[in-house]
Formats: sequence, C-alpha cells, structure tokens
Amino acid sequence: MTEVGLGHYLTLGAVIFSIGVIGIFLNRKNIIVILMSIELILLSVNINLVSFSIYLGDLSGQVFTLFILTVAAAEAAIGLAIIVVYYRNSGTIRVEEIDKLKG
Amino acid sequence: MQNLELVFPEIFISLGIMFLLILGVFKKNSSKLIHNISLVFLLITAVITFNETLSLNKIKLFNNSIIIDYLSSFMKIVTLVAAFLVLTISSNYLKSLKIFKIEYPILILSSVLGMMIMISSNDLIVFYMGLELQSLSLYVLATFNRDQIKSSEAGLKYFVLSALSSGLLLYGCSLIYGFTGSTNFDVISNQLSSNEYALTFGIVFILVGLAFKISAVPFHMWAPDVYEGSPTSVTLFFTMVPKIAALTVFIRFLYVPFLNLIDQWQMILIFLSIASMLFGAVAAIGQKNLKRLVAYSSIGHVGYALAGLATGSNEGIQSSIIYITIYIIMNLGLFSCLLMMRRNDVYYEEIEDLSGLSKNHPLLSLSLLIILFSLAGIPPLAGFFAKFYIFKSVLEQSMFFLAIVGLLSTVVAAFYYLRLIKIMYFDKEHEKFDTDHGIWLKFSLIASTILILLYFVFPSQLIDIVSKINII
Repeated sequence: MTEVGLGHYLTLGAVIFSIGVIGIFLNRKNIIVILMSIELILLSVNINLVSFSIYLGDLSGQVFTLFILTVAAAEAAIGLAIIVVYYRNSGTIRVEEIDKLKG
Repeated sequence: MQNLELVFPEIFISLGIMFLLILGVFKKNSSKLIHNISLVFLLITAVITFNETLSLNKIKLFNNSIIIDYLSSFMKIVTLVAAFLVLTISSNYLKSLKIFKIEYPILILSSVLGMMIMISSNDLIVFYMGLELQSLSLYVLATFNRDQIKSSEAGLKYFVLSALSSGLLLYGCSLIYGFTGSTNFDVISNQLSSNEYALTFGIVFILVGLAFKISAVPFHMWAPDVYEGSPTSVTLFFTMVPKIAALTVFIRFLYVPFLNLIDQWQMILIFLSIASMLFGAVAAIGQKNLKRLVAYSSIGHVGYALAGLATGSNEGIQSSIIYITIYIIMNLGLFSCLLMMRRNDVYYEEIEDLSGLSKNHPLLSLSLLIILFSLAGIPPLAGFFAKFYIFKSVLEQSMFFLAIVGLLSTVVAAFYYLRLIKIMYFDKEHEKFDTDHGIWLKFSLIASTILILLYFVFPSQLIDIVSKINII
C-alpha cells in the first residue's frame, strides 16, 4: 500500500478542476449545469489549498478556503437570481437559445 | 492597530453603503435622495483619500496585507472621480428607462469599495475578496434593466464567464500559495527561487483571470455582448472604472512578487497586447451598434495599456497609467454624446442614427469629432500623447516588433473612427434629437472635450503627478 500524499491530493484537485472547466465548455443543455461546474472549480481550488496548508503546516491556506466557501455561496445566489430573471424574460434556460446578442 | 486612519476611506464607504441600504428599506420613494447622498459619499471619500494618503510614502497595514502608497492613492482617486461622474450623468438615463432605483447607486458604491480594496491589496486573500466584491456587484449592474431580455442575457453571460475566470485565477492563487508557502506578495517575492516552473503555472492562471477582467484578447468574448446588452450608463461604468482597478492589480501583481520572473511573463503580456491591439482594430470595422463598437475599441485600448506594462520598466508603468487616465476621459466624452442621442425618451445607439448629426447639432458633432480624433490618436489631441508615451517607453526597451504592430493597428483603427466622422458630417440627416439635457451631462461632455483639446498646452501636469509612482 502506498501512502496518500500531497501529490494524490493535487491530482484529485487538478482532475476536478478539469472536469469543471470541460463541463462549462462542452455543456449544450442547461445553465444550471454551468453553475454546478463553477462550484466544482471552486471546490477543486479548496482541495488544493487545504492539502497545501496541511503539507506546509501553515494555516493561511485554510483561512483562504473559508473565504472561498463564503464567496462561492454568494456567487451561486446571485447566479441563480440572474438565471431566474433571464427565465422570466425568455421562457427558457437552454444554452443554445441564449443568442439574442450577436455580431 | 496604529495607522487605522489610513484605511479610513474604505471604512467610510462601507459604513456609507450600510447606511444607504437601511435608509432605502425604511424610507419609501427615496431613490433620488439616495442617489444624491451616494454622490456626496463618493466625493467625501475622494477628499479623504486625497488628504490623508497622497503625501505618504509606502505604508503596510494588517500584517502587510494592505499597502498604501502613491500608486494606490492616485488610482483610488481616479476610480472615485470616474464613479462620481458616471453616477451623475446616469440619473436622467435611468429615469427615462424607469429603472431609477435605490439599488443602482448602492451597487456602484459597493463595486467601488471592492476596487479600492483590490487597488491597495498586498496579499492574495485580500486581492481575491476585493475582486469578488467588485464582480458580484457588476453582475447585478449588468442585469439592472431586468425586464428587458438583452440586459438579463448580458448579465447571464457576464456572470458565467467572469465566474469561470475567477475560478482560473483562484487555481493560480492556490498553486502560488503551495509553492511559496505564503499568500503575501512580499514573502512570495523572497521565496521565488524555490520552484520556478510550478510558479510559472500559477502566474499563467492568474494572468488569464486578470486578462478576462480587463477583456484582453483572447479572453475578450464577453465584452461586446455585455457592453451591448447592459443599460448604457452601466456600459459606461464597465468601460471606465473596473479597468483602472484591474490595471493596478496587474502592476502590483507582476512587479512586486514576480519581477524576477520577468522572462516568464513578459512574452505572455506581449502576446496579450499584440492580440488585443490587432483584434480591437480589425473586429470593430464591421459593427453596426455603437456600444459594440466601443467594446471593440476598448479591447484595442487595453492592448496599448498592456504594451506599456510589458516593458518591465518604471517608464512603462507610468505610461500605462497615463494612457488609462486619458482613455477614461475620452470614454466619458464619447458616452456623454451617446447619452445625448435621445428623442422622446428613446435612446438611439446604432451607428446609422449618427448620420447627418452635424446639420442638426453642430456643437455636439464637433465635440464628438474631437473625441473620435483623439481616440484614433491624431495629434495634437490627448489620445496622441497617450499613445506617444506608450511607444516611447516600448522603444526604450528596444521592443521594436511590439511598437510596429501597435502603430499599424493604430492606422487600421483610425479607419472606423474616421468612418463615424464621415457618417456624421457627410450623410443625410435624420430628425433632430432632444436638446434638454441634464447639467451634468453637458458638463462632462464640455469638460472632457476641453481636456482632450487643451492637453498639449499643459502636458507636464499629469506627467508630474504620475512620475512620482515608483514601483521597481
């Protein structure tokens, strides 16, 4: 059995980060999925920060994580509100149909 | 907790925001009152910043996480004055769109607070918190005309792309924290030698995030849509104020912790700059909507400002700061003209609507002519000097390719500015626009035109102020 070290956590963070970024660009269906992908990106950053913080024996990474969690909550709230406003105007939240502004 | 008075501007403006929120909840129909009070707050904050911090040398507070120096004070004052002017000239526009609500000035105040925190940040955590406070308010501002589908779509696009860019930026922050062991800029700069390649990854991620915020190519795709969809007064805010804060962060971030890694980031900055200058010049040619055109032209102007930053010298930084200051003045004038194109409470924003403007409104079209010539960089107007300083500092570092591309794209960009002038002066006229504009709108148009026109009489004033900024 190999021991789980910093490298494993960083790999996990990188994988989740990539899933989040790919999720934003490949997604053609629903904006809610984009919101979830953004959350994934922020969570992968949190994994990175916490593992670095444990590895370095320095607390400021965990403090940073707490800040990111709060901001992520605020961002999700504002994002959902904007999606509701958009839905009221257009009656759809399908990504392909968001094309009123073009040129 | 000595020196707490140095962050008094920030404390004052945040208390002011809370006061205005409470006032807005308990007093009905108070939008005009709150609008005026927030104007007063912005002025008072600017005066406090001017009085308390302009004379000081570099001072660091809160465990070195906040830095107050000449650069931060200058940029804060520019931000506050720009926000003040935006707020004054937007009131009539908002009234005629029936979105004159209490939230508008409060959101502008809170994004200004975020920018002030960004400007004086010396730590990744503080920088991130300022950035988010700024962007969260900007999302809502872009969606402000919420019953109109264009505005809500602009807000949606801005939210998605900006949140993605914050995510990239944060990932870079986490890498830098991990490989240097600290979030503080000063400590980071002492730890640089440890692991250069991992740090380069971190720098690249953060640069991508920042380039999103100032809409540099290839991270510009949100700008035209958001600029077109948002209400015009919000577009004015977008083109002016966040750029100042993001440029300051660029300077702080690249020149304080990572100056020794200049070989790693210089190429990235040169690429961003060249791509933005070329793309901004070429893509604007086919546009029909004035706000979209402004978006592309602002992408191009950001490219010039970045060219100054790419030099890695004090003169480069100073020329970028001069450039962005003059750019703000020109943009203020341009948008004042745009806000004057109104007929029976309907605002017109197509290029087509400019046609024959000179026959009906000779003064308006004369000032628009001066502003457009200045944006194109024709001497002796202010825009020419702004570009001149940039090219001078770029050539001093013998970066000839960057200078040549910059000059060429100036020529291409001149085409679409001249086309606007041709449409204004030589095409068939439409009906007259209304002429009963607010006093502040007239004031900002006249003031910006005069500043642009007479800049060459007193060019040393601005240079003297900016030359006190020494980062390296």
